[in-house]
Amino acid sequence: MPQIICKDLCLGYQGQEIIHNLNFEVNKGDYLCIVGENGSGKSTLMRTLLGLQPPISGNILTGDGMTKRSIGYLPQQTVTQRDFPSTVWEIVLSGCQNQCGLRPFYAKAEKQKALSNIERMGLTKLKKRCYRELSGGQQQRVLLARALCAAQDILLLDEPVAGLDPVVTEEMYRIIEELNQKDGMTIIMISHDIEAAVKYAGKILHIADHVFFGTTDEYIKSGRSRFLTKEAEVNG
Amino acid sequence: MAETLDKLSMYLQLPFVQRALIVGVVIALCSSLLGVTLVLKRFSFIGDGLSHVAFGAMAIAAVLKLTNDMPFVLAVTVICAVLLLRMGQNAKIKGDAAVAMISVGALAIGYLLMNIFSTSGNLSGDVCTTLFGSTSILTLTEEEVWLSVGLSALVILVFIFFYHKIFCITFDENFALATGVRAKLYNLILAVVIAVIIVLAMNLVGSLLISALIIFPALSAMRVFKSFKSVTICSAILSVCCAALGMLISIAFGTPVGSTIVAVDIVTFFIFMLIGKIFGGIKQ
Ligand SMILES: Nc1ncnc2c1ncn2[C@@H]1O[C@H](COP(=O)(O)OP(=O)(O)OP(=O)(O)O)[C@@H](O)[C@H]1O
Ligand SMILES: [Mg+2]
Repeated sequence: MPQIICKDLCLGYQGQEIIHNLNFEVNKGDYLCIVGENGSGKSTLMRTLLGLQPPISGNILTGDGMTKRSIGYLPQQTVTQRDFPSTVWEIVLSGCQNQCGLRPFYAKAEKQKALSNIERMGLTKLKKRCYRELSGGQQQRVLLARALCAAQDILLLDEPVAGLDPVVTEEMYRIIEELNQKDGMTIIMISHDIEAAVKYAGKILHIADHVFFGTTDEYIKSGRSRFLTKEAEVNG
Repeated sequence: MAETLDKLSMYLQLPFVQRALIVGVVIALCSSLLGVTLVLKRFSFIGDGLSHVAFGAMAIAAVLKLTNDMPFVLAVTVICAVLLLRMGQNAKIKGDAAVAMISVGALAIGYLLMNIFSTSGNLSGDVCTTLFGSTSILTLTEEEVWLSVGLSALVILVFIFFYHKIFCITFDENFALATGVRAKLYNLILAVVIAVIIVLAMNLVGSLLISALIIFPALSAMRVFKSFKSVTICSAILSVCCAALGMLISIAFGTPVGSTIVAVDIVTFFIFMLIGKIFGGIKQ
């Protein structure tokens, strides 16, 4: 039983359709990359998968032990108020909230998890700093650390490397790969970095007028990736 | 000066003044706790809106000749609070516009009802009392004091219990929803607690000034402190101090309780703004 099955899914806003009849499935331990042009509806798809907005028609079935409480999520843009007082530590720790249930305080293990994710993202020195006074890339890393805290089984990332410098970007891809391979975490990632997508992902979902869904090898063979066609021209 | 102090110490011996002080401080504490969240959720005016709803509900209770109007007023206010917080989310009508709508609507209808059905000879006096609080806090019965203190204690307990959850849904509600945090439930609890606070605070400052009691301590604390925890703690302390000071001043000089407290809050806000400017400047 796959973790997520999308059947004849139509997505959009206020009845206006953006994606028509989408069919794909995600199995436990998959590394799926969603690619496509700006405005093709990638973020909309992710928000629908997360239950933040209803689909126009069609079904999303979940299984294989996937519950909301096992999801980690990195939004593309987080609208936070400019004057919100909060430290890096408070925000990263709040990622563990989905494991708390009705328990009022965080357990030791959860604090430890937050701490190790802060370290992983290279934020140790910024731990006590105020979130709104950080740079864009630093803020992105804080939200990533929060997503890692929330993720148990499955991690949904909307353009995780946007705004990160090359070193941190590499590190980021390495961490995601490690989570996928070592911990068996399912990864669903939206990215414009097709080069990295075909390098790391096992499956690709290309959203366009003509949707592609299949393994990375099939994707390369189909010649749909602009990056690869360019390289083919160079080689040929 | 010595004369004023004498008068003050004499008043402080009186049981009803002591009661008023206790209730005032406790209510101020409660309202400041939620102020931080309300300001950050862009719901600063919900206090205004809900208190006007409570005013309208009181008018209806008076027309229906209910002897004990507290449960009725509380119920109506809770329902409106839930509706308002709901509306803020699926923004057909924007949160602030919805608040404004309900707020003025309830005020107008409440006054209209009071006018048509009033049996009291001093209508404008009654209205003024409800709007500005005036002396009602000094005329509290022992029963009302216990009710206020009990409800306040409940509010504080709920706040401590849900503190981390409140932070989570205030900072990023979508993330909370997506990762399976029961944001809707916590929003509901928040709405109920706010309604309870409003009804309590109407006794202290009257329905027009409640917003001030809720938002000023939070805004002052946000000038200086930068973590959610420190802002919450600071605004609680500020609110308690301002309320106590305001009530003492009003007793000593015979000024209206509600507006004096708010005046003290305003002065504090400017002091904290200055401190924030100075310290912010040093750091950078
Ligand atoms: N809240 C909204 N209401 C109505 N239409 C929207 C809304 N948000 C997005 N859209 C529209 O839906 C379409 C898809 O948007 P979406 O954000 O899913 O694109 P995307 O593939 O994530 O693009 P990008 O690569 O720029 O992130 C766009 O044409 C956009 O105009
Ligand atoms: Mg997007």
